[in-house]
Amino acid sequence: MLTKKIKTRLFFLSSVIFITLLFLAFIYFSLKENILYFKTPSEISIVDEIQNNSKIRVGGMVKKDSIQQNNKEIKFILTDYKKELIVVYNGAVPNLFSEERGAVVEGKLNDKSYLIADRILAKHDENYMPPEMKKIFENAK
Amino acid sequence: MLSNTGNILLIGSIVSTFLIVYLAYQSIKERSFQIKKNIIYCSFFQITFVISSFLLLIFAFIFSDFSLLAVYQNSHTAKPLFYKISGVWGNHEGSMLLWINIMVLFSYLFFVFNNKINTVFSLYTLVVQNILILGFLIFLISDSNPFFKILPTPIEGLGLNPILQDPALAIHPPLLYLGFVGSSIYFSAAVAAILSNSNGKNFALSIKKWVLISWSFQSLGIIVGSIWAYYELGWGGFWFWDPVENASLIPWFCMTALAHSVLVLEKRNYLYNWVLILSLITFISSVTGTFLVRSGILNSVHTFANDPSRGLYILIFLSLMILFSFIIFFKRRINDQFNLNPISKETFILSNNWFMMFYLATVFVGTIYPIFTQVLYNTNISVGPPFYNQVIAPILIPFLIFMAVGPKIGWMKSNFIAFKPFFIIIVLSLLINFFISYFLKSYNLISNLIVVSSLFLILHSLKDFISNFKSNSYINLASFFSHLGFGFLIFFIILNHNFSEEFDLNIKVGETKKIGNMEIKFNNLKIENRKNYNAVIGDFNIQDFQRNYLKNLNPEIRVYENPQTLTFESAINTNLKQDIYLTMSNIDGSDFYNIKFQVKPFMLWIWFAAFLTASGGLIRVFLKK
Repeated sequence: MLTKKIKTRLFFLSSVIFITLLFLAFIYFSLKENILYFKTPSEISIVDEIQNNSKIRVGGMVKKDSIQQNNKEIKFILTDYKKELIVVYNGAVPNLFSEERGAVVEGKLNDKSYLIADRILAKHDENYMPPEMKKIFENAK
Repeated sequence: MLSNTGNILLIGSIVSTFLIVYLAYQSIKERSFQIKKNIIYCSFFQITFVISSFLLLIFAFIFSDFSLLAVYQNSHTAKPLFYKISGVWGNHEGSMLLWINIMVLFSYLFFVFNNKINTVFSLYTLVVQNILILGFLIFLISDSNPFFKILPTPIEGLGLNPILQDPALAIHPPLLYLGFVGSSIYFSAAVAAILSNSNGKNFALSIKKWVLISWSFQSLGIIVGSIWAYYELGWGGFWFWDPVENASLIPWFCMTALAHSVLVLEKRNYLYNWVLILSLITFISSVTGTFLVRSGILNSVHTFANDPSRGLYILIFLSLMILFSFIIFFKRRINDQFNLNPISKETFILSNNWFMMFYLATVFVGTIYPIFTQVLYNTNISVGPPFYNQVIAPILIPFLIFMAVGPKIGWMKSNFIAFKPFFIIIVLSLLINFFISYFLKSYNLISNLIVVSSLFLILHSLKDFISNFKSNSYINLASFFSHLGFGFLIFFIILNHNFSEEFDLNIKVGETKKIGNMEIKFNNLKIENRKNYNAVIGDFNIQDFQRNYLKNLNPEIRVYENPQTLTFESAINTNLKQDIYLTMSNIDGSDFYNIKFQVKPFMLWIWFAAFLTASGGLIRVFLKK
């Protein structure tokens, strides 16, 4: 027979393990739900179906002479020198956003060539470039 | 000349560090229970060498000696004096020297304060800590020497990234380093405690102060960093769950857990193994975080000093550190007593540790997961703020409740929880929450529950404080301030999160725009020539018809020349109730200016609450009971 002390201890231990597992599962499923995929304009063009309600990040170069502004929004073309993507954004742009520079935008796809962005990622250093972007430029060369 | 002096000082530091390791190890082998004079001399030489090399580097930056590569790359004669000094740690080489300075300083102070209690233990600590220092010194001199010379000497430097030229960011790295690197001393002490078979209580007593000091500075460093992010980055947020921020938060969770469980070890002699593990992983996670961020493996929008080539040495050093510390830990297993009563302070402290580990796991998984998918599936992903909010927010509710009840529970066994005040406080919290959501603005269920539980923590802490004060019994001011501060912090963050308003618009000079009850008028634009940059200053009037105020705000676009960069300076009008936040940007000289206009309530209170939380640790260290 188990003594009372051991019983309570077992109960204590198993409940701690149970709760911990429960929470790890919680972390896991929340993670699955909230992943943002990073794509290039070419990658988007070969996807069969676009998911309208999930956000993605797209990286590329802001095409020369493509920025248009009016009093509501900014419109520009993001390119990886193979495919292009029209981006519409309503908000303030980060410091180093300009034509012929790399940019990463975050938002929802409307169709394969049109993205409504709700964030343009800031980069604080003119030399800094995310590794994903570096790959794009290397491929382009 | 300067370069040579610097190198000599560094070599002097290496030699004295090596001598300390050697002499201290000899003393342990000879089982001499007196600290030898020559160890004390060596320690004194070591700290003198290290500090003077740092002062020399500061001197080089102040007088713009561009014969040093580090100065040339990160400084400029036109820079204000203050930023010349802060430029010392605004780059990789200088910050590594600062890192070593703090390690040596902590090692020296720990040795001075602790060598009378248990000689063998403090000698072992000295050996381990100085092996670590030696590792970093070799890294410094071989791979990132701040005294590296360039020939011919350039006439002018390249300048410091303008975004780093800011008072908050000037003090942010030293504060954070005191936390990060301060944790090295209890890493060493933990290894030493295992090697010297020292008992749990003594170990707890010797590291307690250092845990609290590093915890406080880590907290202050994080706060100052997020204040900087708030006004400088122009997004209006103060926490982005960016890898860099996460890297500072993970050691903070460890330290918080340690600061609590070390009390159990001190008072009850339980949890020795757990405290040792926490001491080890705090420093390990600090170094790992620094390594991941510096090497560019974790990529972040705001890392400043990164260079992948440096990763390998730190990686090897780190692996050896982890390997050896854990081999030592598992070889000399100390048996733990374990006899907990469900309603006792011990259990509550353990629950704190459980929550800390849960948060740590969440942040760790979120930060590391993108690296995994990158390597395994070659897909690039990122994990954004929604993940963290979704996981962390609901768990705050029980956490806050436990945090409120914990401090009042007695050690060993407490027979009753006072139910009456418990219910009164719950009802009060519910009422206040009801008033806020009914009269001001309603928010979702989770927010409601968090507000209620944070109010519960605030009221409970205040009640405990008053009742202790009345009965003139011993008041634990430190934990009172920290817990109360944390309650306020969560309370104001949730209100801020729910009540913030944000508007983005494009506007031309002279235009007026209406949003809701507010009107924004872009009066004019002027250009000013300042010390090392040109500023384009916008003049805006914000008028609120409902609340009847008129504010004038002047956001700036700054054009720096060395290096050529643009920065956007936000204009913030702060008062007790809210911040009015305005940033202005412009693309390639078009007529339209992008305006980001935000109303953010209680920002001042969030900072205040965060500082209150951090102050607890320092109060405990410096105030005698």
